[in-house]
Amino acid sequence: MELIAELRDVSRVYQMGDVTVRALDRISVPFGTGEYWAIMGPSGSGKSTLLNVLGCIDRPTGGSYFVEECNTSDLDDDDLSRLRGASIGFIFQSFNLIPQLSVLENIMVPLLYQDGSASDGLARAEALAERVGLADRILHRPSELSGGQQQRVAIARALINNPKIILADEATGNLDSQTASEILDIFSELNSEGKTILLVTHEESIGEQAQRVLCLKDGKVDLID
Amino acid sequence: MMHSAFTRSIRLGVKSLLLHKLRSLLTTLGILFGVSSVIAMLAIGEGASEEAQEQIRRLGSQNVILRSVKPLEDKVSGPSYSANAYGLTWQDFERASETFPWVENSIPVKNIVQEVRFEDKVINPRILATTWEYQNVTGRIVHRGRFISQADDDLVSNVCVIGYEVSRLLFPGLESIGQKIKIGPEYFKVVGVILPRVPLSDDLPEVDTSVTSEILIPLTTGRRWFGDMTIKIRSGSREMEQVELNEIVLSARSPSHVSYIAAASREMLARNHKQNDYEIVVPLELLARAEETKRIFNIVLGCIACISLLVGGIGIMNVMLATVTERTREIGIRRALGARRYHIMLQFLVETVVLSVGGGILGILLGVSIPAFVEYFADMRTIVTFSAPILAFGISVSIGLVFGLYPAWQAANLDPVEALRHE
Repeated sequence: MELIAELRDVSRVYQMGDVTVRALDRISVPFGTGEYWAIMGPSGSGKSTLLNVLGCIDRPTGGSYFVEECNTSDLDDDDLSRLRGASIGFIFQSFNLIPQLSVLENIMVPLLYQDGSASDGLARAEALAERVGLADRILHRPSELSGGQQQRVAIARALINNPKIILADEATGNLDSQTASEILDIFSELNSEGKTILLVTHEESIGEQAQRVLCLKDGKVDLID
Repeated sequence: MMHSAFTRSIRLGVKSLLLHKLRSLLTTLGILFGVSSVIAMLAIGEGASEEAQEQIRRLGSQNVILRSVKPLEDKVSGPSYSANAYGLTWQDFERASETFPWVENSIPVKNIVQEVRFEDKVINPRILATTWEYQNVTGRIVHRGRFISQADDDLVSNVCVIGYEVSRLLFPGLESIGQKIKIGPEYFKVVGVILPRVPLSDDLPEVDTSVTSEILIPLTTGRRWFGDMTIKIRSGSREMEQVELNEIVLSARSPSHVSYIAAASREMLARNHKQNDYEIVVPLELLARAEETKRIFNIVLGCIACISLLVGGIGIMNVMLATVTERTREIGIRRALGARRYHIMLQFLVETVVLSVGGGILGILLGVSIPAFVEYFADMRTIVTFSAPILAFGISVSIGLVFGLYPAWQAANLDPVEALRHE
């Protein structure tokens, strides 16, 4: 199977005064293209650190992380930013929309940072807003939307550059179960369209939806299924 | 493409500034006042110096003017009946005109203190008895009629040339040429009306009144009728003054000779006058001094402007640093969505430049209108040079760039992970 991303012996060590914290300890995981992964584990197990590394906003202190066969250790800060913009879509637990921008503008933020911005950006953003069911809300501010609607905006924003990987960090953590299952349905749908989904969660029930499961414990791989 | 990215970032900057309207406005004020005070002060300074220079130029930049000055004396108690003689003499005049090699023209001028009457009107203008060459040396312009001629001087004619102001006061609505006015006990025929050197418009009355309230008569006529003695009657005392010549105007062959004439005059007068009863006015030197004063004024002004703009800039920097802290999370989000350091830097720089340019533009508007008010209410001449607003605008843009650089750099170098965790 073709790999979209791969962790090889990845470690992430924090130095906090005299104490050395090994948040990730020599983790090796192959992520196949189009797979739906749930990344699970108790709090403090290194899930968030792993997600930061996978999302290229943090660098491993040891080992290598490959995205589309490209070693991220060889990339400088600008290239890493380009990679994030083009290949990775982020979805956060607290939505992280920019409050002063409208829904449509929020969806279009990643376009600002792409080289050679697309002329059909507006049309694409409108299509995505329609797809996540917010076509009639595109001029609203995030504060005027419910949690579920905000997360839909975030999903649309994550999709605007058509990335291959979607990274979701407890994406349903702040939502009620009804809304959460709607959001999860969107993820399944995206997965069926060929997107690789990496979902960080601590809820067993969500983990069961995923095709593959990675469990972390104390920064080490506890289980790969 | 580039264009749209640029306008987009400016729009974004304006938008986030509008989120904190009061804060942005207050920040802008620093620049606004800095810029407007620079422009206003420059305009007022320029106007004042231009006025001074024009007055000096009116004296004739190629001239050296020797003047009689009443010397300071020990006050003698009780009325004095003896004539008090002082000032320049005919001997001085002859020495200067015959021995100084660089003098083109030398013109003696006597002041005559007499009342001037026409019908029932009485005025006290400055009356000068001088020669026909006076016109060439001082550049007076004949408005109507003619100037004093050599023949008038030779024939000791009772003619006079009057200033515009005099003509307006004595003959409102009448033709002044050919009228007879009474100077002291004698009648004089008006042969011409003069304007100062710099005419503002053909028949505009708002010209320099000190020059246009003059009356000029031929020197020989003045000497014949009025002599050298002036009698002033004050309460309880009669004061008699004897002055042979009030002014000698020496015009140089070329501007480079002015300083020689000035030096020679100083030496000549110092040798021949026991008391300090003269002064030497060198318009060219005054002009140089006026320019030096202006230079110093500009330096002082520049320092004040720099300080006020510095304060404005620090204000901007302060606000931008606060903004960066406040928007740390937004920076983290943008970084996660693919923004490079340069994008973040640009975003904050655009905001500071928009602030400072906004302040600059408002400052220019205010700065241009202040001189207009000053001119209207304080009756001072002001000149807004074309370069002043451009300079001020350039300064405000650079202030935005310089003082925005550090906050923007700080924003760009935030760690995305840390920034995203920021509440």
